[in-house]
Amino acid sequence: MLGELFYIFIFPGFIFLIIFSLTAEFIDRKIYARLQNRVGPPWFQPWADFIKLLAKEDIVPAESNPKMFKVAPIFALAAAISAFLYIPLWKTDALFSFNGDLIVVLYLLTLPTLAFFIGGWYSTSLYSRIGSVRCMTQLFAYEVPLFMGILSSALLADSWSLKGIAVFYMAHPWFWLFNLAGFSVSLISLLGKLEKVPFDIPEAETEVVAGAFTEYSGRMLAFLRMTLDIELVTGSALLALVFFPFALNVHPALGFVIFMIKILFIVSLIALLRTVVARLRIDQMIDFCWKFLVPLAATQLLLNLMLKGMFLR
Amino acid sequence: MHNSEEFRIPIGPQHPALKEPEGFSVALKGEKILGVDIRLGYNHRGIEKAAEERSYIQDIYLIERVCGICSHSHSTCFVQTVEEIAGLTVPARALYIRTIIAELERVHSHLLWLGVAGHEIGFDTLLMYSWRDREVVMDILALVTGNRVNYGMNTIGGVRRDISLQQAQEILKAMDILEERTKYYIEVATNETTIIKRLSGVGVLSREDVLLLDAVGPTARASGVKRDVRVDDPYAAYGELTFNVITDDHCDVYGRTVVRVKELLESYKIIRQALKNLPAGPIAIRAPRKIPAGEALGRYEAPRGEDVHYVKSNGTEKPERVKIRAPTLANVQAVKHMLRDRFLADMPIVVAAIDPCFSCTDRMVRLAEQGSDKSKIISWPSLHAYSIEWHKKQGIDFSELNKKLAARLAR
Amino acid sequence: MLREVLGSIFKKPATNLYPAQKLEMPDKFRGKLKFYPEKCIGCKMCMRDCPTNAITINKIAENKFEAVFDLSRCIYCAQCVDSCPKKALEPTKDVELAQLDKNKLRVVFSYKEKSR
Repeated sequence: MLGELFYIFIFPGFIFLIIFSLTAEFIDRKIYARLQNRVGPPWFQPWADFIKLLAKEDIVPAESNPKMFKVAPIFALAAAISAFLYIPLWKTDALFSFNGDLIVVLYLLTLPTLAFFIGGWYSTSLYSRIGSVRCMTQLFAYEVPLFMGILSSALLADSWSLKGIAVFYMAHPWFWLFNLAGFSVSLISLLGKLEKVPFDIPEAETEVVAGAFTEYSGRMLAFLRMTLDIELVTGSALLALVFFPFALNVHPALGFVIFMIKILFIVSLIALLRTVVARLRIDQMIDFCWKFLVPLAATQLLLNLMLKGMFLR
Repeated sequence: MHNSEEFRIPIGPQHPALKEPEGFSVALKGEKILGVDIRLGYNHRGIEKAAEERSYIQDIYLIERVCGICSHSHSTCFVQTVEEIAGLTVPARALYIRTIIAELERVHSHLLWLGVAGHEIGFDTLLMYSWRDREVVMDILALVTGNRVNYGMNTIGGVRRDISLQQAQEILKAMDILEERTKYYIEVATNETTIIKRLSGVGVLSREDVLLLDAVGPTARASGVKRDVRVDDPYAAYGELTFNVITDDHCDVYGRTVVRVKELLESYKIIRQALKNLPAGPIAIRAPRKIPAGEALGRYEAPRGEDVHYVKSNGTEKPERVKIRAPTLANVQAVKHMLRDRFLADMPIVVAAIDPCFSCTDRMVRLAEQGSDKSKIISWPSLHAYSIEWHKKQGIDFSELNKKLAARLAR
Repeated sequence: MLREVLGSIFKKPATNLYPAQKLEMPDKFRGKLKFYPEKCIGCKMCMRDCPTNAITINKIAENKFEAVFDLSRCIYCAQCVDSCPKKALEPTKDVELAQLDKNKLRVVFSYKEKSR
């Protein structure tokens, strides 16, 4: 019992996750700054931001629905944290694992977006409402290619559990190389989920101030930002797990370090991607997702089905 | 807004997209813009009135502060106008130095704009890069004039500082660096897919609309209208230098970007020529403190477009009237036209594309004045009556003229 | 774009690390003004031309003058330097003028003080 609580709350659960996601935010911001030829923030900047926000006053708009407004950030944070518990951090075993946990993780990662929508919508600010509607519109565009990309790899492994996928790729070490198209589709879709450039349309500051987050302040804003950081880590971890399943068969401590490096590699890729592009319009974004990403993901699915038929009988 | 599909959102007076306070009220249907109401006047500072209360020399520094970015434009325009009234012949070297500073200012203004445009479309890397490169020209301006903004270079009858041989070398060196960088930006603007996607087809203003709405500067030139005071009505040393007026046929925000970036290359050309042909001689002549009575209208091609100053003098140390028409006022009507049926996401970049400077514009468009001792708003008739009274005290009486006008109108 | 962006990882950041690294102003920079009381003849041209009334010349004795600058009003245009017929004023490179105490923004150059 005590051991389980330790796992959930301290390592590899909440405390570790918070430390790691703030570190990931720092790395993301630092790389972004260095790519732009700036100095960038010091290592404690995400911590300082987080603690400062926690200490600030919570302002609830008089026009809003206070219950929904307050519950949305907690709901989002809870969903994002729970998703991480299903990710195997070393070797192939996660804290919780069952057949189908891949779908659960994807579902839990969708929940924060819904929470942003609800929080933004019930804060009744015009900017928030436009932001939340954009949030939802965008969800329908990037979710399909993201699922198709990730599931194509699972399809090859013939398992809906993260453990099963890891076990398969341990047995067939070089098959992950076939999934690179799926990886790029998923990475780009992940940018949409994380609301980062070029898909930061819901919170485009020059148009709708901060989108769904406009009215949030203090602790609730801290939770929302933490949610995005945890989503960054969890999403990258999921991608690392599904698309880079190599070097799993080593000592647990070494495996853990390698896995962290894989996650941070994906975080750096995200930082690089958002450096070199401009923000798209919502119509262009939907066009891009449905006309380019979905066909690419479908090709990947087809390829994986053929591979399965040819080599894995 | 619960039930209706249409709603209005305020962009400004305080909004992250705007660098200065200005009110845009946008009527939206979903993401589509139905109409825009622009309300000017949040930045009114009463500069024209203040200019009437100060001497000509003090006015140079006041007028310079009309705008932070095109400070040399406003002060040159004012000084030229005053020189015309006074009938001063400015030494050739001073004219060349004015031209060089004017073009350096255009370089810094256009690079600044490029960064702002990048930021408005969510491309912060472009912002960081172009502002980093802008530091080169800012340093040069500080070296030559003694300050990074508000150069204080002009005085009535010439300029205040000379450009030494060593400084000329520094400027030429900086021009080489900037030219290379500008070529890179041209490459970026023509190759980066996301930039082209966000800029082309946005904020279309046809050639006919430009002529109808009287747009000026790069906004007009991007629609193929060859309108540039430097060529149409050459001032300073522009008449003796050769350069091209850049025009473009895209008619959209992309065209305006291309025009501005290409104009940078022309500016480098002008600066190099001016430095090469810099005539020897004095940099200023002594101007009288009292400017003879008269009036004049000055035109100047600021980085944002045509800047117009009108000065009327009555033979004293202080001007009787100073009127400034900043380029943004000419362009702001076009914004309304450009935004029709576009998306909300285009709003920031379309507004930014005219390179708006609202503190320039707002000097004269305030309708209600706050009473100084009591906090009451003076109505328009009482303000009108007050101004007649004030002018009478100064010895100016328009009542005769008004009667004549009324008689003429009645006829 | 990508090449330029990746290249800047290996470049030094363009940021100036102010205030740890002090900035050097160019020679003719128009910073805080310096007054030479022994040169002043008390014509008060500087007072007349100052756009913001930031400078006041007081007569303290026969042919002895002191200058009072209100740095919170000064716009550092250095018109007074141009207006002065005896070159009693000079701009310096001093730009770090921020003060928490408003009284410190009033600078007096009295005659007795040796011009520094």
